[in-house]
Amino acid sequence: MSTLSSQVSAGFDVEKIREDFPVLKQTIHGRPLVYLDSAATAQKPFAVIDAIRRFHEVDCANIHRGVHELSQRSTAAYEETRAKAKRFLNSRSKNELIFVRGTTEGINLVASAWGRTNVKAGDEIVISAMEHHSNIVPWQMLCEEKGAKLRVIPMNDRGELLMEEYEKLLNPRTRMVAVAHVSNALGTINPVRQIIEMAHRAGALTLIDGAQAVPHIKVDVQALDADFYTFSGHKLVGPTGIGILYGKSKLLDEMPPYQGGGDMILTVTFEKTTYNDVPYKFEAGTPNIAGGIGLGAAFDYVTHIGIEQIAAYEHDLLVYGTEALSQLPGLRLIGTAREKASVLSFVIEGIHPHDIGTVLDKQGIAVRTGHHCAQPVMDWFNVPATTRASLAFYNTTAEIDALVAGLKKVKEIFS
Amino acid sequence: MVHDLYQETILDHSKRPRNCHTMDDANRKAEGYNPLCGDKLKLFLKVENDVVKDVSFVGSGCAISTASASLMTESLKGKTRDEALKLLDKFHELLTTDTAVSQDLGKLVVFCGVRDYPARVKCATLAWHTLKSALTNVTEPATTE
Repeated sequence: MSTLSSQVSAGFDVEKIREDFPVLKQTIHGRPLVYLDSAATAQKPFAVIDAIRRFHEVDCANIHRGVHELSQRSTAAYEETRAKAKRFLNSRSKNELIFVRGTTEGINLVASAWGRTNVKAGDEIVISAMEHHSNIVPWQMLCEEKGAKLRVIPMNDRGELLMEEYEKLLNPRTRMVAVAHVSNALGTINPVRQIIEMAHRAGALTLIDGAQAVPHIKVDVQALDADFYTFSGHKLVGPTGIGILYGKSKLLDEMPPYQGGGDMILTVTFEKTTYNDVPYKFEAGTPNIAGGIGLGAAFDYVTHIGIEQIAAYEHDLLVYGTEALSQLPGLRLIGTAREKASVLSFVIEGIHPHDIGTVLDKQGIAVRTGHHCAQPVMDWFNVPATTRASLAFYNTTAEIDALVAGLKKVKEIFS
Repeated sequence: MVHDLYQETILDHSKRPRNCHTMDDANRKAEGYNPLCGDKLKLFLKVENDVVKDVSFVGSGCAISTASASLMTESLKGKTRDEALKLLDKFHELLTTDTAVSQDLGKLVVFCGVRDYPARVKCATLAWHTLKSALTNVTEPATTE
């Protein structure tokens, strides 16, 4: 194990990176915090915290509507994030990027604005068996309203989608294929490029839920040829309440607005309103300006470290963690896909995840327990809930060792 | 430490829950569900002349919720409906307030540690929520929400 541990740290200065995250420097119940819940939300570096603080201290004003200096500074800083997002995702234009509250709103926007004008009775929407509730419920609501049918790509015991079954689901009635790039409950990295290509061949559009992918792997929306791609800033070391929806220009141009209000209009009279251009057509009301600026700082921070470097380091952590956990008797990993992000979801025979979570917390270890907003995944694996340790680039092998020691203590108490 | 929460009695009842079976001749039944953690519970009661003659449960849940259901069944037998509902109120008070621990609770006092774990209060109250709906004849499954 120690050889593997030294291999993981080679070439990646995690201790230096940890200095950037103030929250990590604290004790919980007298023990150093071991934060293993980054798939729920990532911790924030000083760069992000400072950018938000600087906005409130120095530049604070509303955007897109003032001629005064502060408003111009705020607008420039907020719009700069759109330009950074363009580089980060490699979209053709920054006008293809809409600010949303997060992944959930991104999906709802498409299900509502695109879905209500393009889906009719008898049409079909395809999702997968490993979706987060946020990529199930908006489509269910749409299908119910329109009399359309929701179809589900099944998966195998490892938590991998069955591509031949997916192929069979596609037909001329398929209008949209909406799948997660990376599963939050299992860690599976789905072959989205292939999924998109197959959908396009059948004449369907695609929406990729990138919430768990963007923080961990390089995403290029042009290379993927995704029609819509959405993610949340807070899982990418940015603040909560801000995210991005990418959509191809042609689709966005044709879609009606999502919400009505200020900023999304060109002219308003009581007889008729003309809508603003994309992307502003989809951004009604004063947005989360501070969040947008914080997200810009998050893009810079992650780019500075390098998403490829992050992916490689996290993969090493995953290998280390998988091996360490597999040695605990009675522990069963849920989600063992060959292509996997750094998520370790597991159950221990005879011990409920909530009890595991509480005992770990007393040792300073933060993990997620429950159904991870993916109840169909729990049903498939026939477990009521799992314990999930999700690893980020600021985690260490020593923290995985602490988790293993913590789990031994859990077994001591409940055996 | 964590042993304040997981006292011996709780561990014992979670590993070997008492009255953990279905009941064919129950005249009151209710189901409970905690959507946060997926815990499920079915409660069976035999109530005659307003007195709880027998009570049992089945379900899946964490140590706190299983032990709570088990100890609840033990403490209910022989109680009238009103006495059972009063006990429920006292139990809830034990978990959610800082007031002195009531002596009427008997063995249930082992749950006093739960008040220091707000995230776990719902685990301990699931069986009791279900009891309330069984005694008040609500047909919808009880939830902790």
